[in-house]
Amino acid sequence: MLDRLTQTLDFNAAALLLRSERARILAANMANADTPHYKARDFDFRQALQNATAATAAVPAPAARTHPAHLPLASQAGSRTAALQYRIPAQPALDGNSVDLDLERAAFADNAVRYEAGLRFINGQIRTLTLAINGQGQ
Amino acid sequence: MSLFKVFDVSGSAVSAQSQRLNVVASNLANADSVAGPDGKPYRARQVVFQAQPLDGEAAGVRVAQIVEDDAAPRRIHDPSHPLADANGYVTMSNVNVVEEMVNMISASRSYQTSIEVMNTAKTLLQKTLQLGA
Repeated sequence: MLDRLTQTLDFNAAALLLRSERARILAANMANADTPHYKARDFDFRQALQNATAATAAVPAPAARTHPAHLPLASQAGSRTAALQYRIPAQPALDGNSVDLDLERAAFADNAVRYEAGLRFINGQIRTLTLAINGQGQ
Repeated sequence: MSLFKVFDVSGSAVSAQSQRLNVVASNLANADSVAGPDGKPYRARQVVFQAQPLDGEAAGVRVAQIVEDDAAPRRIHDPSHPLADANGYVTMSNVNVVEEMVNMISASRSYQTSIEVMNTAKTLLQKTLQLGA
């Protein structure tokens, strides 16, 4: 019953995890802006979030595989990680690097704002829940 | 939480860029030097960056090696110079000052970007810590 209480938070929590993962990848792109032959990476956020929510929705309770002979649950087989793809550079560089620093910075800022939005959604949901628990009169 | 790894990634970038800045400073300082300790003219040094995998896909960066520029040293005609050769030519370092200035600006911009990234990650983590408060 208690997990029902916090089930509404799961979607935004999954989104938040993916946002932080994307922040890491974008930071890696920016770190390697001057590295020869480095290829910029990113993932399709919509697809990744769909995979993540499909994986969490199907799990009634997380079951750990404590023995190698255990069969994986179908829900656990669902991918919670994002498939990384390569960015297609607008202009090729002589050193084989495909990082567009402006694009990465914009994507990072966008990602940060959306991460914060996710935080606010969760905060709002928590406030709603505490209001429901405490009642209007506090 | 991947946001913590942003510090590893951007931290490696800051360290690599500051090493590059160090090399640029060394080159610029020796731009007009005639002979090094071994009697040969100073050769410009350049860093070589390499992506460094940090557990998983996302990569930091490190300085793989520092290579010496094998461009021909600059020679100027100055017979009164104590180190001039029989023909009156002095062999100077092969540092290209314009190239080094560009290198410096590029390193400084990349450094700033990494610091900004770390600042953003720090702000986001602080807000995450205050979740539900």
